[in-house]
Amino acid sequence: MSDQSLELKGSLFPLSVLSCTDLSLAVVKSQLEHKLAQAPAFFYQAPIVLNLSDSQQTPDFSAIKQLFSQLNLVLVGVCGASSEHKQLAQQAGLAVLQLGKTAKASQAAEPTATAPSRQTSVVTNNVPVPMDSKIVEQTVRSGQQIYAKGADLVIKGTVGAGAEVIADGNIHIYGTLRGKAIAGAAGDSSKRIFCYNLQAELVSIAGNYWLSESLQGNFWGKPACVRLQDDQLVLADLV
Amino acid sequence: MAKIIVVTSGKGGVGKTTSSAAIGTGLALKGHKTVIIDFDIGLRNLDLIMGCERRVVYDFVNVINGEANLKQTLIKDKRIDNLFILPASQTRDKDALTKEGVERVLNELSKDFDFILCDSPAGIESGAMMALYFADEAVVVTNPEVSSVRDSDRILGMLSSKSRRAEQGLDSIKEHLLLTRYNPERVEKGEMLSVEDVKEILSIDLIGVIPESQAVLNASNSGQPVILDKDSDAGQAYLDTVDRLLGENVPFRFLTVEKKGLLKRIFGG
Repeated sequence: MSDQSLELKGSLFPLSVLSCTDLSLAVVKSQLEHKLAQAPAFFYQAPIVLNLSDSQQTPDFSAIKQLFSQLNLVLVGVCGASSEHKQLAQQAGLAVLQLGKTAKASQAAEPTATAPSRQTSVVTNNVPVPMDSKIVEQTVRSGQQIYAKGADLVIKGTVGAGAEVIADGNIHIYGTLRGKAIAGAAGDSSKRIFCYNLQAELVSIAGNYWLSESLQGNFWGKPACVRLQDDQLVLADLV
Repeated sequence: MAKIIVVTSGKGGVGKTTSSAAIGTGLALKGHKTVIIDFDIGLRNLDLIMGCERRVVYDFVNVINGEANLKQTLIKDKRIDNLFILPASQTRDKDALTKEGVERVLNELSKDFDFILCDSPAGIESGAMMALYFADEAVVVTNPEVSSVRDSDRILGMLSSKSRRAEQGLDSIKEHLLLTRYNPERVEKGEMLSVEDVKEILSIDLIGVIPESQAVLNASNSGQPVILDKDSDAGQAYLDTVDRLLGENVPFRFLTVEKKGLLKRIFGG
């Protein structure tokens, strides 16, 4: 018998990366406040990674961390750091992350209106890259299983009873869904299932599932979208 | 080159062998040289339905193992020219079939015949896989009830993934739906799936609808393929099916409840 109570697993999460050319506290503060004012709810308690590759200065990490929490942001780590910066960041309790490809590519600085003269910029962008899609042209028959790893799944035909379609992303079915559809299989609760005719045996998003008996009702045999709201599956019109 | 047609279903007892016998006989009646192969090794039935069970000397497995040649093994039908039967072995099991052996026999038959009909065993194991592997076309025999429809769906999945055509990336197998044991009265009462229901679920082309008929049982018991009983509804429906298989456009019959005439209503019928 196994008495393991903990489990370590790798997983990917979208994180916002903040790139700054000027890391002095006052500049970061004013620029961030400006940025946050545009969408305060969106960034509320958002986990942020600080990109240091554009910065020559040696920042005061604990002060920056404090500044972030004042602004209702959670600084989780740094990326693009020199070895000296890495050490300082780790001392301040920050994770040192590998810089994603997209973050490097989009260093196009976007000078903000507040301080264009100083050539400073605040750019946020999400890693990783947008999800890929797997497209299936034909009907998925009973006994067949299709898994779109790290991708959306698009089925042009029908998913027969006893067939399973699984995706880490969203699932789109242009025919009838009679089998099982499992979206957000890697745990992403923002994923959805769209189908033209809902007669599913089971629908599941990020592990929350409904059997066909729970699906009986207004949307049975009709176009529908399944999504997750407060850990509860919700059915809605397709259009 | 012969056209290889597999008659399959997944589920047992839906009428694969009856349909193989009827369609094979119908193709021969139309003048095409046809052989029907019984792939149901160990549960030999086709010879009974065809009424040639007393004439089986060698069988399919003997040919594969090189213990007999095709000429010795093929049974020529006594009623119809151009019709031959390759019987299954009753004493062996399905593992006696090898892909290489089946391919060799099919290639040899292909030189002489226009049509090779493979009567598949039930299930999705090696015997059924062997019967469908080399097929160009498939007749999927389905009864209008949910378990048969689901098994047919499963077999259709196999046809599109496990066949030679799928593995070699050739044109996919042409799939036909043959609905058997159809009873319009019970469909009207809602006790049976309708043609439209089954077509919608399986989404393949319909090639025939065979009505539930006493003639089928009579034919099986007497070893006469039902298609030879030209007065029966089932026999006529199989004739239509063969025409459609040969590319003709024939309207579907026996789909609705027959209206009883006044006399029939008075005197019963």
